[in-house]
Amino acid sequence: MTDQTGLSGLVDRAALVTPPVVARRVRGLSERAIAWLFITPTMLLLLAINIFPLIWTIRLSFTNYRANRPNATVLDVGLANYQSILTDPDVWAAMTVTARFVFWSILIQTLLGFALAWLIDKKFRGHGLWTTLILLPMMLSPAVVGNFWTFLYQPQIGLFNYIISALTGAPASSFQMLAQVPLAPWAIVIVDSWMWTPYVMLICLAGLRSIPDYIYEAAEVDRASPWRQFWSITLPMALPFIMLAVLFRGIENFKMFDMVNLLTGGGPGSTTEVASITLKREAFEKWRTGYSSAFAIILFVTVFGLANIYVKALNRVKSR
Amino acid sequence: MKLLQTFALTATVAAATVLGASAPARAEGKTITLCWAAWDPANALVELSKDFTAKTGVNMKFEFVPWPNFADRMLNELNSKGKLCDLMIGDSQWIGGAAENGHYVKLNEFFDKEGIKISDFMPATVTGYAEWPKGSPNYWALPAMGDANGWTYRKDWFARPEIREEFKKKFGRELEVPKTQAELKDIAEFFQKRVIDGKTVYGAAIFTERGSEGITMGVTNALYPFGFKYQNPKKPYDMQGFVNSDDAVKGLEFYKALYKCCTPPGYSNGYMQEGLDAFKSGQVALQMNWFAFFPGLYKDPNVGGDKIGFFVNPAQKEKGSQLGGQGISVVAYSPNRAEALAYIKWFASLDTQKKWWSLGGYSCHKGVLNDPNFKNTAPFAADFLVAMDQVVDFWAEPSYAQLLLAMQKRVHDYVVADQGTAKGALDGLISDWTKVFKEDGKL
Repeated sequence: MTDQTGLSGLVDRAALVTPPVVARRVRGLSERAIAWLFITPTMLLLLAINIFPLIWTIRLSFTNYRANRPNATVLDVGLANYQSILTDPDVWAAMTVTARFVFWSILIQTLLGFALAWLIDKKFRGHGLWTTLILLPMMLSPAVVGNFWTFLYQPQIGLFNYIISALTGAPASSFQMLAQVPLAPWAIVIVDSWMWTPYVMLICLAGLRSIPDYIYEAAEVDRASPWRQFWSITLPMALPFIMLAVLFRGIENFKMFDMVNLLTGGGPGSTTEVASITLKREAFEKWRTGYSSAFAIILFVTVFGLANIYVKALNRVKSR
Repeated sequence: MKLLQTFALTATVAAATVLGASAPARAEGKTITLCWAAWDPANALVELSKDFTAKTGVNMKFEFVPWPNFADRMLNELNSKGKLCDLMIGDSQWIGGAAENGHYVKLNEFFDKEGIKISDFMPATVTGYAEWPKGSPNYWALPAMGDANGWTYRKDWFARPEIREEFKKKFGRELEVPKTQAELKDIAEFFQKRVIDGKTVYGAAIFTERGSEGITMGVTNALYPFGFKYQNPKKPYDMQGFVNSDDAVKGLEFYKALYKCCTPPGYSNGYMQEGLDAFKSGQVALQMNWFAFFPGLYKDPNVGGDKIGFFVNPAQKEKGSQLGGQGISVVAYSPNRAEALAYIKWFASLDTQKKWWSLGGYSCHKGVLNDPNFKNTAPFAADFLVAMDQVVDFWAEPSYAQLLLAMQKRVHDYVVADQGTAKGALDGLISDWTKVFKEDGKL
């Protein structure tokens, strides 16, 4: 029987629709060679747009190169850029701001996201409509979200201030979410949570829906209370999904730029200057290309390292 | 074979389409692109440039970028040796970097050849927009758009008898245009949270923006009059006792006090546009902004005409206004250098400069500014001359961006975020600037 399945079949079919000159060559190639032929363009593309810039960035991080001074001599400075970054109090301040932002936004998003997923999973009447409505913020562009929340936070005409005013009795213009040092970081956490809680909810919902009904039925037979079912079945079985959502949001929020840039620009002062804002200023405003390359590598290693540790923990949870 | 033929045919059609698309542009004459910020004067320049096209047959294309992104976008373009812009109206502080890095064409020979006299232009604008190194006869731009920081006020509110009476009772003087920074603050405080026509209004819209250059361009209007200096006039880059002098500290404290007492709620990140919005919506009595916006404000149907007045940044210990404005340069990477230079030649002529002013652009040509009738051509014309006579500019060094960002951070941290003291902020600024100058080998 002619082998019409698998790679050789595919090769023959490809050869049939290939011009004779090319086909003769294709028939002469081994399966491994054909496979390489197919994946090489993709690999080259990946190398060009992913790996090469990374290697180039690492190389630049050991120099004093500045992209705005093409005529200046580029000197190897060894680890000086790394040393300078790791001893710079402004960098540590930015990292602290980032860590706080990541912690609080993820905590809020996880709690709210899971709660929403749990409610939606109850399949009440109109739950489809509610799911769609809840997902809407996630579909908006961060630029749009940043701009309209700037208006919502406006102390004189902003809806947010009016709602808080109505709830607390405090005058609407008596507090300024984006202008006051204690409030500005929370303003960003609120917007990020508003936008990305639906994303966490979606992942959690997938987790909840993957739990087979028979487990709950068995628990019911054993007269387990709803509370007990939640702690012993729902939460442990959804935990890998929750952890996955935390991982995705953690990586994203560590790199957060657009929303912060639009809402506060890092201010007031440097109160909301997250690491990516500092990096952008160093790279594209001060044009310290070598220094900012080192900073980018440090951020990359931090995220990569933390994500790896986390993935190991996630795998342990999944294997239980 | 058929596949190859198909591919070849497709490629030919695609190439013909691309070439065909560009062919009519070449047939109609060359097109050059002028890059600038997106603001009122840019619209006037579009109108003005129609004369250039009519005269030379060279079409003009414009690339205007909003101010908050202007420096990022255009400096990226220059640093990447992009060919987007043939002509660049770049900010005054870029001149050092653009000259040293070869982004702009040096214009001395061209000026000599075409008989363009740089002495026909106001000296402050030549120093600010065209020279590098400062004070040397090396010209990288032609002064294009004179500008300085000034103030607008609600003339109609100032004229109300009940307001005037109350002001006089409180301060023992008439409510007039402030002559000092202290008087300016008195007026701003007086109007803060005052109810006028049933609406709560505020004292002043000042520059507080964090992201680009806003708060620096604002705070310097307080620092200069109080006596701040960038460096020792006798010893360049010696900043100790000048940047952080007692007078400079007082100036910075003053700006913070003005921000705290007299700005609208939430005004922690405001620059040109936010100031215009606040003034046009009738929210503030005073507005700090660039003269470039004054023609547009004067024409505003709600707050323009008789309702608006203008004044120069008031003195305190001495006079001083932050320099704005730009020169026009030919980008070194332009493939259309001859046409771009032709534009500069046309733009430098007195007739073009007169029309430039009449359309709303601020000419720097002495033939326009020294005209006896100039002061009567617009209600802010006389103030513009006074302001241009007292301008001071920020550093125009190749590392200006680093110097600027350091000041943005130090000042915003102190003024808006309430961190530290004025002395601490200025000491920190010296430390930042010293580091930059050391890296540049200037110290």
